[in-house]
Amino acid sequence: MSSLHTSPHTLFTNSVTRVMLLVVAAMVPAMVAYIHFFGWGILINATICLFTAFSCEAAMLRLRKRPLLPFLTDGSALVTALLIAFALPPILPWWIPVLATAFAIIIAKHLYGGLGYNPFNPAMAGYAVLLIAFPKQMTAWLPAQSDQAYSMSFSDNLGYNLFNELPADTSYDLLTQATPLDIVEVQTGLGKSIEEIENSFVQLSGYFGTGWDWISLMFLLGGLFLIYKRVITWHIPVAMLTTLAVLSGIAYLFNDQIHPDPLFHLLGGATMIGAFFIATDPVTASTTPRGRIVYGIGIGIITFVIRTWGNYPDGVAFGVLLMNIAVPTIDHYTQPRVFGHDLED
Amino acid sequence: MRKLTSFHGGLKLNGHKKMSLQEPIITADIPDELIQPLHQHIGEAASPIVEVGEHVKTGQIIAHAEGFVSAPVHAASSGTVTAIEHRSIAHPSSIKDTCIVIQTDGKDEWTETTPHAEDYKRMDPSGLRNLIRDSGIVGLGGAGFPTFIKLNPGPKKSIDTLILNGAECEPYITCDAAIMKERPREIIDGLLIMRHALQAKVCLIGIEDNKPEAIKAMQEALTLQEKTIVEVITIPTVYPAGSEKQLIKTLTGIELGANQLPVHNGIVVHNVGTAAAVGHAILQGKPLISRIVTVTGLPIDKPCNYDVRIGTPMLSLLRQAELQSHKMERLIMGGPMMGFEVTELKSPVIKTTNCLLALTEEELPTQTQAMPCIRCGECTRVCPANLLPQQLYWHARAKDFDKLQKYNLFDCIECGCCTYVCPSHIPLVHYYRFAKTEIDAQERDRKKSDIARQRHEFNQFRAERKKQDDEERRRKKKELLKKSQQTDEKQDAIAAALARSNAKKAAAQKVNTDNKEANE
Repeated sequence: MSSLHTSPHTLFTNSVTRVMLLVVAAMVPAMVAYIHFFGWGILINATICLFTAFSCEAAMLRLRKRPLLPFLTDGSALVTALLIAFALPPILPWWIPVLATAFAIIIAKHLYGGLGYNPFNPAMAGYAVLLIAFPKQMTAWLPAQSDQAYSMSFSDNLGYNLFNELPADTSYDLLTQATPLDIVEVQTGLGKSIEEIENSFVQLSGYFGTGWDWISLMFLLGGLFLIYKRVITWHIPVAMLTTLAVLSGIAYLFNDQIHPDPLFHLLGGATMIGAFFIATDPVTASTTPRGRIVYGIGIGIITFVIRTWGNYPDGVAFGVLLMNIAVPTIDHYTQPRVFGHDLED
Repeated sequence: MRKLTSFHGGLKLNGHKKMSLQEPIITADIPDELIQPLHQHIGEAASPIVEVGEHVKTGQIIAHAEGFVSAPVHAASSGTVTAIEHRSIAHPSSIKDTCIVIQTDGKDEWTETTPHAEDYKRMDPSGLRNLIRDSGIVGLGGAGFPTFIKLNPGPKKSIDTLILNGAECEPYITCDAAIMKERPREIIDGLLIMRHALQAKVCLIGIEDNKPEAIKAMQEALTLQEKTIVEVITIPTVYPAGSEKQLIKTLTGIELGANQLPVHNGIVVHNVGTAAAVGHAILQGKPLISRIVTVTGLPIDKPCNYDVRIGTPMLSLLRQAELQSHKMERLIMGGPMMGFEVTELKSPVIKTTNCLLALTEEELPTQTQAMPCIRCGECTRVCPANLLPQQLYWHARAKDFDKLQKYNLFDCIECGCCTYVCPSHIPLVHYYRFAKTEIDAQERDRKKSDIARQRHEFNQFRAERKKQDDEERRRKKKELLKKSQQTDEKQDAIAAALARSNAKKAAAQKVNTDNKEANE
């Protein structure tokens, strides 16, 4: 670069750190709702994830001979750690979040070149490892606090997560319950109708499990804030949510006894966090406006297919990872029309 | 109301325009020494026609236009030519170039001028263009393309629309706003002359809505009759609305093709300041010897628009504007988005100097390391050419020039929007400029090597031809030789035949004699 300064001669108006911190800020309402419904577990998990993320980040930067300060403060490890924490059940042995986060930062992020170069969403890559390795723990959630037989205090939760100790008179199986998506997956597999399932499970009274609806709405709120702040664009969330709604709507109209209604899909599982916080990860998503729509549609389709016919209760993580692979091709075929090119006349 | 079209991308920037618009235009002092570069425009440099020691009068031609795309230079004030030599000039790569240096005498004595008042309407367009060419007028918006060329639609083209660009979309710059506000009549006079030269049907004046006073002044200056052919149009303030292609799209809805000039669509665009200069040149017969320059920025105590003689050293202008030099970290010629850094304050104001912007340290980024691109696509969102800046950056870093051209690097107008919004603080425009020069250099090298190759191929061809000729010659020789051998054979055959017949004869004779002997 030349010693002469070149235009534009202006202050920077934006920074990677600012972008990442806005994403974190947008997660706060969902975090509050999460704590309200499922207790302190997420904070314990988040702390473990953050500690692991920053240790791994620092170690990898050192190994790769990259400057520590700018990359540790860019906020990207923070976002990855929090996304993993949101994906995990509140009661969980400490080494599971450590494993997921370490995989995310070391393998999915740094071995591919670090910030900006990773083809796969690190948080989802870390989470997918857990889904494959520990499927049972991943879907064993606490019921919403109002439905809990035993209310877990902060120290109870911490005791289990760190030392595998539960309060007397309780057990892991007694405390946990499958997630609504898992229940639908398993029970419809056993030939039960949606109506029967709804009647037999507390947390399915109404449209969906208590708590999940609110958390999803909080993610929606945070997502709208990110669109307003120009951190993300509308393309991916709108494409993904519309696709999921349309597909599940068709299935529901086709047979409402084996397919839950579209609202269950939109406000259940990882749909909202996926649409606004995960699929919109700039590094791994498509970058062209039309490409983002294709990318969002792809995630919507894969999510619906896995939820409906696959072996996993939720499909957002796999939807994101599979569409990550397709990004270079999507970007290539969806380049915008350059000013003055391909004019019709 | 005219229906306006918007273009993709762009930015809403803080204008910083009030600062320099508080006071009316100030006439700058004529400096003791004028430094007038020969190359202030796009095209060939002018060639000097005065000698050192010669006395010149204000407005006198001191350098002739050289070739078609060129513009003459006129003495900006009366005095003595003291040198024709290399001096520092304001240029993106801070080079030196030949300048005519005039020691002013303070009298500012004008050379003889020929005003044309209203009779220009009877002149034919080409005569009018010649007058404008001889006045040394070039695009004053910053590009510096000789104006008379853009007043020539060519033999077969007709011009529908003449657009005056009063958008002035770069922050801080207000020279066009000031001239529209204070001298609207001069602009309109020039516009009508330009219209006559082009034989254009309608005229549009596009002004951004952050200049209400300029819009009002321009509208009020138009007579009822003029209003039937000239329309003042308020356009939204979006950077870079003043970029030619974007302005045409905004005003007319026409999107120019990538390789098209406005004239291909019956459109010509000129800057409002240029129009005023044309008005001066024709109505008063005065060539371009001064221009309006915005001098602004926090380190300037008297920010204002100054009517400056071309060739005035920037330093003397900055002194008149009361520059607090200790506060100035960087001096920019032009605006913050597209202007370039001036490192030598003695450089003169030239025809394309629209603004001198002094910036403090606080207004400039600290030298921080650029982060990797996180592919956020914010650059794509703001690019007025609808390019994919992050892809261009990727390929520019890899020096993949084929891919760069596939991604239409040369459609980049270097407006700086992408760099402005980049969260990773990557100097994107710098990469594109660098890649463009590299590709140009490669192209030149390729042409050179093409010529060398052609020469080599011709040499080879010649050698081959010689070889073939030689072979041909040898072959002919051989044939000749063969022919001569063949004739030998014939003769042998004849000789043999003769010998045979002789032998026969001899044999016959012998038989005869034998018989004779036997008969006897």
